[in-house]
Amino acid sequence: MSAHAVEVVGVAQAFGARTVFHDVSFEVETGEVFVILGGSGCGKSVLLSLIVGLRKPTAGRVLVLGQDMYAGDAAAHGVALRRIGVMFQSGALFGSMTLLENVLLPLEMYAKLPREAREAVARAKLAQVGLADAADLMPAEISGGMAKRAAIARAMALDPPVIFLDEPSAGLDPITSAGLDALILELRRTQGTTFVVVTHELDSILAIADRCIMLDRAAQGVIARGDPRRLREESTNPTVHAFFHRQALAA
Amino acid sequence: MGLTVERRGSARTLVLSGRLDAASVARLWSEVVREAAAARRRALILDLAGISSWDAAGTALLLAAERAHGGSVELQGASVEVAEALARLRQAPRPAPAHTDTLGWLYRGLAAIPGGIAFIGEAAVAAVRLPRRARLFRVADVLRHADEGGVRGLPLALLLGFLIGLILAFQSLVPMRRFGADIYVANLGAIGLLRELGPLLAAVILAGRTGSAFAAEIGTMKVNQEIDALITLDLDPMTFLVLPRLAASLLVMPALTVVLELAGLVGMAVVLMSSGIPFAAISHQVTAWVAPADAIGGLAKAMVFGLVVAGIGCASGLSTGVGPRAVGQSATAAVVGGIVATILLDGLFAVVFYKLGW
Repeated sequence: MSAHAVEVVGVAQAFGARTVFHDVSFEVETGEVFVILGGSGCGKSVLLSLIVGLRKPTAGRVLVLGQDMYAGDAAAHGVALRRIGVMFQSGALFGSMTLLENVLLPLEMYAKLPREAREAVARAKLAQVGLADAADLMPAEISGGMAKRAAIARAMALDPPVIFLDEPSAGLDPITSAGLDALILELRRTQGTTFVVVTHELDSILAIADRCIMLDRAAQGVIARGDPRRLREESTNPTVHAFFHRQALAA
Repeated sequence: MGLTVERRGSARTLVLSGRLDAASVARLWSEVVREAAAARRRALILDLAGISSWDAAGTALLLAAERAHGGSVELQGASVEVAEALARLRQAPRPAPAHTDTLGWLYRGLAAIPGGIAFIGEAAVAAVRLPRRARLFRVADVLRHADEGGVRGLPLALLLGFLIGLILAFQSLVPMRRFGADIYVANLGAIGLLRELGPLLAAVILAGRTGSAFAAEIGTMKVNQEIDALITLDLDPMTFLVLPRLAASLLVMPALTVVLELAGLVGMAVVLMSSGIPFAAISHQVTAWVAPADAIGGLAKAMVFGLVVAGIGCASGLSTGVGPRAVGQSATAAVVGGIVATILLDGLFAVVFYKLGW
């Protein structure tokens, strides 16, 4: 059994002749907030989709809580999926269900709880992300920030040890974005949840990340790794320096 | 913007002046490209000294002139910014040639075949595994889809069935009467409705109302990453989304077909009675000539049509690309695919039934 929450070993992804990245390797320790950062189009979200089992990588292995996401039978894959939670960039809430029903769905399918208990747990999850009053609203009736909070509540429904977040701050105002960062840190502190966060929001990265890797489109891979605060101060890589100091790169 | 063509030695020179923006480019595009192409065997000079301002459209025009000429083109009097913008544009990959409209539908149709086969396989596997994943199969969803596809489709089935029966009887009555065979219109109408038109029209109603709705609903879920969310929640989309829709369609098609056929018989009876044939005679002709196999065969066909139409709707939804336009395309593909597949299958059934002596 691997000691790491997530282990990515030599992963590569290509679409036809276009290589998105190659030889990406890193480990995420249990209980840390790990950020995958980089500019637009560098393959952050593609990498996340490989890790959570949505797309088999062209090469390499992905282990989540010791389980290879692309080896073993369907039952083992299902067990692995139920031990993670995923929040997608758009929230991806089920549009025909209320927020409560969205959070209830994984509980109804997999939690061995009486009906009343399931609903109580779902309401508690919504309350945890500050949406206790919005349980009966439809996704179309809420703001982008609320949708992301509800998506986090759904991702947390089965109390997974690892939660993956794709661009949680994208498109949100600074106050809402800071609120989401605070929520991530609170869940890590209170429940020991491991977070893998894909983002390019600098303020958010510096606020939540214990460690990070930086992907680069031109390099087609990882160009920096470590504590983002140290990278900001010490990195001599021009792309990393430009990213952390909000500078345009020379052509 | 103005264009002057000059000959300087063996070279042809296109002198551009004024504003090189979208409005002026639109006016001069054809002329510039034509002049550049005409200079293929000679050197081409683009004289840009008189350009007062430019934008991306202007750069695109210069590139188009270069490509029309095909050889080396000399830029004279170009600012550093224009030269740099043109250099960047040259590096951009050329768009892949689009399939012509004539062959596009054929190409798309052939390209969809492997996906269709994979869909059938995945649906079959999901159906086999259903007993072990029974909790993913929500009966409430089956009832909801049956309500939307069946119960709410009944008024349309009634109306279409009545009108088709009416029209069929009326159109047949005129020539049949010339041979004194009015009464046999009842046989023709009843057998035609039960064996052919009932299942076929019910499938067309299902494709138009339900197949397109399945494609749009699932396609929107795909665009919104809801399908990905289902997968990461270990909720197999085939079991969770597709099987309930297939089951609902399988259930409602016989009901839609029977309603449509009965309405059609009523429509036919109205025409025949208005032409003086008594109801008892019509009833006798129908009951004497229509065999149970006609009705049973029609209902069996209807169930297969329902399964195929719903399957094509779901498959179209699951193969939706990116953006709202893709959802519309999926809905269209579901309707067209559903109707075409139904008619092809109907032909196949006709051959099989003939061989079986039905």
